[in-house]
Amino acid sequence: MIDVVMPQMGESIVEGTLTKWLKRAGEHVERDEPLFEISTDKVDTEIPSPAAGVLSEIIVEEGKTVGINTVVGRISDSNGAVSGAPAQASAPAAEAAKPQPQAAPPQSAPSSAPPEAPQPAAEVVEETAGPLSPLVRKMARENNIDLTKVKGTGAGGRITKQDLENYLAAQTQQRPAPSAAPQPQAPPPAQPRYAAPQPPPQPQAQAVATIPQTVEVPRPVFPGEAAASRIEPMSNMRQKIAEHMVFSKHTSAHVTTVHKVDMTRVAKMRERVKAQFQAQYGFGLTYLPFVIRAATAALRQYPILNASIDGTNIVYHRDINIGIAVALENGLIVPVIRNADEKTVAGLQRSIVDLAARARSRQLRPDEVQGGTFSITNFGSFGSIFATPVINQPQVAILGCGAVEKEPVVVDDAIAIRSIAYLALTFDHRLIDGALADQFTGRIKQILQEWAEEVM
Amino acid sequence: MAACAVRDLGRIGYGDAFELQRTLVEQRKRGEIPDQLLIVEHPHVVTMGRNGHDENVLATPELLARAGIEFHRTDRGGDVTYHGPGQIVGYPIFDLREWKRDVVAYVRGIEQALIDALADFGIASKRIEGATGVWTDKGKIAAIGVHISRWVTSHGFALNVETDLNYFRYIVPCGLTKPVTSMRAMGSPASRGEVIAALEAHFGRVFKRKMEKS
Repeated sequence: MIDVVMPQMGESIVEGTLTKWLKRAGEHVERDEPLFEISTDKVDTEIPSPAAGVLSEIIVEEGKTVGINTVVGRISDSNGAVSGAPAQASAPAAEAAKPQPQAAPPQSAPSSAPPEAPQPAAEVVEETAGPLSPLVRKMARENNIDLTKVKGTGAGGRITKQDLENYLAAQTQQRPAPSAAPQPQAPPPAQPRYAAPQPPPQPQAQAVATIPQTVEVPRPVFPGEAAASRIEPMSNMRQKIAEHMVFSKHTSAHVTTVHKVDMTRVAKMRERVKAQFQAQYGFGLTYLPFVIRAATAALRQYPILNASIDGTNIVYHRDINIGIAVALENGLIVPVIRNADEKTVAGLQRSIVDLAARARSRQLRPDEVQGGTFSITNFGSFGSIFATPVINQPQVAILGCGAVEKEPVVVDDAIAIRSIAYLALTFDHRLIDGALADQFTGRIKQILQEWAEEVM
Repeated sequence: MAACAVRDLGRIGYGDAFELQRTLVEQRKRGEIPDQLLIVEHPHVVTMGRNGHDENVLATPELLARAGIEFHRTDRGGDVTYHGPGQIVGYPIFDLREWKRDVVAYVRGIEQALIDALADFGIASKRIEGATGVWTDKGKIAAIGVHISRWVTSHGFALNVETDLNYFRYIVPCGLTKPVTSMRAMGSPASRGEVIAALEAHFGRVFKRKMEKS
């Protein structure tokens, strides 16, 4: 059995990402034939097989990043080695049956190792001292683990990272909290000392037991490393969104102001024309186009909300292009309604329906996600009443609409039922002051509350 | 000092250049030829690395086709990129065993040669940790993506000289990436020939190769 390891592709390189296995488990490979590909810093490298044989085991799956010299797979020699034979024999059947031992090395060990030599315990220990991966060595060193006490479950009794984690977890559980931890620096539990062995209510007792340990051993406890967690690379869109969000937060001085808006007139108008609207246009009428319409009117009045900052200059945009945040299955895109101020409520609704549908089916043209001058996000459609959205750079403000809900409100000293929504404006305080932001939002509120424009 | 043959192939399709690289890589592995530096310019093409993500190509294949842009999946490192007229694309076919067996040092070397060449034209540029390529304060000016097989390199870099930057829109998802720039946009009137000459000199110096035009 030959270990295939993550090679070191340069002095400074400590790890690599296995991007693609070029052979499948059970497949034959020639010596020097490309076996897998790794990726380091925009370099993709084909790694040739160290030997001829059958790729009997894939230990590191595609997409995983591991330290150099980590065993990523195993090759059994092709000329009749015991372990090689079953792998080859089962290969055709494997197609259908899909036995996947590669995901879990401990499981695969019994299936391939036993015929080789049923190893006595003593030998396991000896083995341990031998081929340890650098990662395991490092973990053992950092945690002061006596490796002879760890039972290896890898092939040939080899100690894996998982074994160490299990060992550590077992140690943690066994250790009675107060006695083992040598005087934690954290303040002692608020109980008299003599009561210590008697564990107080469970959840707290556990917290007390683990905290001193983490204080004692300053090692980042990665819940992700435990078998119960799953690590998955972010999609590129996710990375881009992450980058943009942080970039925006670093760039603008975000402040959010929230206005409570009485949407009753709009709600009534909508109720009145809803059926007719659906019949005439073939899509429903929501609150969003009303809000956009009100916002564009207010933007004309307060052009600084429809601007960008360029160094020490203010760039006032002539056109009002409204970005509409559209939630995708795994992300977010902000298509733009160009010259939104020239559109009616019906026209805006048509644009929203069209852009959202094409955003979800990835049919947007590049220019349809560019050139926004102000954005609106409708988190109300997911039930939120108000939130504090992040500015879509290089814009200077974003309006968030909360859900429209009936609420009891005081009107002329009487309690009335009104349709209420909260409008949240996040603005860039570098350019826009609070008073102005509230005048602008107040104007939107006024237009909505006094809605007069006919939709049909 | 080992030699490196420099070949300026002018405008050549992405697929043809890819085939040529493949042939040269095999010849280089067998030691039949010295290191090579291919300089080309591609017609409009969007290429996607092996680890690329489809969602980073904003336009659909039909839309790309309608805009006259080819689309290729390829085996270099990195995600999606655009090549087109006004860009100098360089494909070094180097055997790194004769330089340093270090893929990261190799990429840093390419960046250095580009940074030094840009400096010759008065353009200040730098690296950004974790974002391979060459960056100016106005955005990314050169992209890098490399493939290595038995220490022989292929693919390489793309430097925007006077690229129409609008084409990058096709691969920019909702304006979320950092901006792209070109030497022209940075105010340099340098011609393609002048830039190639500078690149040649700096690649020779960084990788300790005697550059021979062929």
